[in-house]
Amino acid sequence: MTQSVVVQVGQCGNQIGCCFWDLALREHAAVNQKGIYDEAISSFFRNVDTRVVGDGGSISKGKICSLKARAVLIDMEEGVVNEILQGPLRDVFDTKQLITDISGSGNNWAVGHKVFGSLYQDQILEKFRKSAEHCDCLQCFFIIHSMGGGTGSGLGTFLLKVLEDEFPEVYRFVTSIYPSGEDDVITSPYNSILAMKELNEHADCVLPIDNQSLFDIISKIDLMVNSGKLGTTVKPKSLVTSSSGALKKRHKKPFDAMNNIVANLLLNLTSSARFEGSLNMDLNEISMNLVPFPQLHYLVSSLTPLYTLTDVNIPPRRLKPSLQFVSWNQEGWKTSLCSVPPVGHSHSLLALANNTCVKPTFMELKERFMRLYKKKAHLHHYLQVEGMEESCFTEAVSSLSALIQEYDQLDATKNMPVQDLPRLSIAM
Amino acid sequence: MRMVSRLVRSLNRTEALVGVWRQGLAVLPRLVWNPWAQVILPPRPPKVLGLQVVFRGNTPSLWLSMSIVTVQLGQCGNQIGFEVFDALLSDSHSSQGLCSMRENEAYQASCKERFFSEEENGVPIARAVLVDMEPKVINQTLSKAAQSGQWKYGQHACFCQKQGSGNNWAYGYSVHGPRHEESIMNIIRKEVEKCDSFSGFFIIMSMAGGTGSGLGAFVTQNLEDQYSNSLKMNQIIWPYGTGEVIVQNYNSILTLSHLYRSSDALLLHENDAIHKICAKLMNIKQISFSDINQVLAHQLGSVFQPTYSAESSFHYRRNPLGDLMEHLVPHPEFKMLSVRNIPHMSENSLAYTTFTWAGLLKHLRQMLISNAKMEEEGFKDPALYTSWLKPVNAFNVWKTQRAFSKYEKSAVLVSNSQFLVKPLDMIVGKAWNMFASKAYIHQYTKFGIEEEDFLDSFTSLEQVVASYCNL
Repeated sequence: MTQSVVVQVGQCGNQIGCCFWDLALREHAAVNQKGIYDEAISSFFRNVDTRVVGDGGSISKGKICSLKARAVLIDMEEGVVNEILQGPLRDVFDTKQLITDISGSGNNWAVGHKVFGSLYQDQILEKFRKSAEHCDCLQCFFIIHSMGGGTGSGLGTFLLKVLEDEFPEVYRFVTSIYPSGEDDVITSPYNSILAMKELNEHADCVLPIDNQSLFDIISKIDLMVNSGKLGTTVKPKSLVTSSSGALKKRHKKPFDAMNNIVANLLLNLTSSARFEGSLNMDLNEISMNLVPFPQLHYLVSSLTPLYTLTDVNIPPRRLKPSLQFVSWNQEGWKTSLCSVPPVGHSHSLLALANNTCVKPTFMELKERFMRLYKKKAHLHHYLQVEGMEESCFTEAVSSLSALIQEYDQLDATKNMPVQDLPRLSIAM
Repeated sequence: MRMVSRLVRSLNRTEALVGVWRQGLAVLPRLVWNPWAQVILPPRPPKVLGLQVVFRGNTPSLWLSMSIVTVQLGQCGNQIGFEVFDALLSDSHSSQGLCSMRENEAYQASCKERFFSEEENGVPIARAVLVDMEPKVINQTLSKAAQSGQWKYGQHACFCQKQGSGNNWAYGYSVHGPRHEESIMNIIRKEVEKCDSFSGFFIIMSMAGGTGSGLGAFVTQNLEDQYSNSLKMNQIIWPYGTGEVIVQNYNSILTLSHLYRSSDALLLHENDAIHKICAKLMNIKQISFSDINQVLAHQLGSVFQPTYSAESSFHYRRNPLGDLMEHLVPHPEFKMLSVRNIPHMSENSLAYTTFTWAGLLKHLRQMLISNAKMEEEGFKDPALYTSWLKPVNAFNVWKTQRAFSKYEKSAVLVSNSQFLVKPLDMIVGKAWNMFASKAYIHQYTKFGIEEEDFLDSFTSLEQVVASYCNL
């Protein structure tokens, strides 16, 4: 069984990460009735004997003594991480897995990437090596961050290069939160575009998540829950809508519900790797099947724990007529079946698609960027940082434009008649 | 070269087969003058290279048969392998053999010798090697076998790693293969040494994934090098047409082209076809892979369980693998075999059905060519076969008295025919289209499979398609 390490960077990354660990614990608690540390749990948790001082506390089998998450928490200001460490999940995290600073990145990608990057490079490398050593067979790094801020986007993307050099065989899955149009950070377009260049080059797979869409989903659910019209569509006690059974929070924070959805997404993604099923799917299979060209590794995700499905045993072909597949991949389905359902549901379905519909999101981002860049607004904050020049900006934009163009080309084939290339002919 | 078919019949009492068979004639391109009337009736029946029918439903002596070692690769291979051994053993222990006790004992002994090795504590151990690159499936398979109480797998008969092949043929073939070659071949060798008289290998794998297909191709190649005198039959699962894995077409063509060179016979089962059997004939509402695997196991079991040898009804056939191959694979250009089996019914209908041979054979015929009743003579009609084969050589019968697995009478047809050309053609076409746009190729070149390797595979498969079409 393989292990994965979660790297949470910045405020957004850490808050989502916290949610994720909470859900993971609940899920494993529901499945693992006997308290034995088995392979499923070991994919995300270590079993540690806390009485042993120092490093040698890991126990590989037997009863669960104390679970420690395989995670590295990074933030350049202390507030969020301190809160986590004082909250109910404090025992799940190892104090040796944290990297914090005091001043923060000031919503400035350059500060996060260049200043803190070089400052903490060695420490970061060491933490990664440590967590890799604790793993029997490390398969992938999950990086959670936002694109609009300073630490998450700057330092988060700096990490990718480090990971690529140090662990070239381990997959890098990045969950990136893209800012909505009404984001309160004015320079978020700058941060996002600069970060995207790094994502293009150093990530294996990116799951872009749009804050705006999450807002919409939550409002829809809220509407349904509040109006009392539940029916079969929304399950009241599901992991998505309620936090009953979760650790009690004194007051609900504004982004909680949205973070919950993203955490669910990550859980479902890894479920086939953790639990058994009749058709397993490992994480490296996701990359293999859904990334036809190295640049196009952006996967749009959709999750339905909200509907009960009747027929999950066979590849879901119902969507086929409404989707337009590329001509050379008419049946581009990859299916996986896992026999352990999520908490509160009998079935769930996660769909990952490599879809040209990410193109409008990117184009919008580019537009917002250009509006600021044309006026050179706020640029001096970035250029003040050592190592940062205007060429960084222009390179980032051209990288994004190239990406958009590749998606364009595929879109253009949509309406063309399919021409099969002539096959090889054999002389008899 | 001989093309043969084998008809195996299990008789409770001697019966004559009556039937009339009509079919169309096909014209070979080189034929200049033909005295027969040439009529081509649609649909054109596929040309057949060899037919083997195994019927089940005199007391042979205890002539022990040669042993077959099964290699199960990947998730699919291991899941199916388990079902096959289970089916073989439960049939062998079944109380409804409908034959004499001595006969039953001989049957059981023959089956045991073929597929299981001596017991410790009375529990037979399957002659199998389990290989997978990640541990979940193997662990499941081992525990299911042990739980049955009837049989189990050998303790040291498995090889597994921690991280799978990621549906990547190149990873299975170029990375896992060489890395683990020695360990895997060691385990196989130990298993072969346990056999008193070794017949050959039966390798179960799928074409669509990474381990079964890539590592399977590598292992088969190694077996060809190290055990060139033994026979190898690969049982390959053809994936659903509408996608279990996106790069399944690439993986399939790479697998088939490599196996065509190193294996002796390829026994192909299509998931789509078995799905249809489950849906229409067995009325299973929610078909799972477990159901599909069980149907498959039933088909394979009915081919491989002991039957009388050609010489007399007094001995059981010693070397089914060898005889099958000798008769069904006359020419190395034509190696693809398929299996059709009747009857298939759900447990409920079983109790209320009585079997007649005419009915069974009619079904069987209908599966091979549409719309005809037949007789054994009908199987011998020369027009069914290609011109370079005499029907009397192309058609063979294997019989046994004993009934198989709750069916009083059953029949299985193994054929080497043009039946599989169409699916093969489709897969090659789809893979070619994808290849033309270079999609996913970087995933393969990362591990050493270059575009030339793809082109080689395409060429050899186009050759196979053309050869079959020219029959």
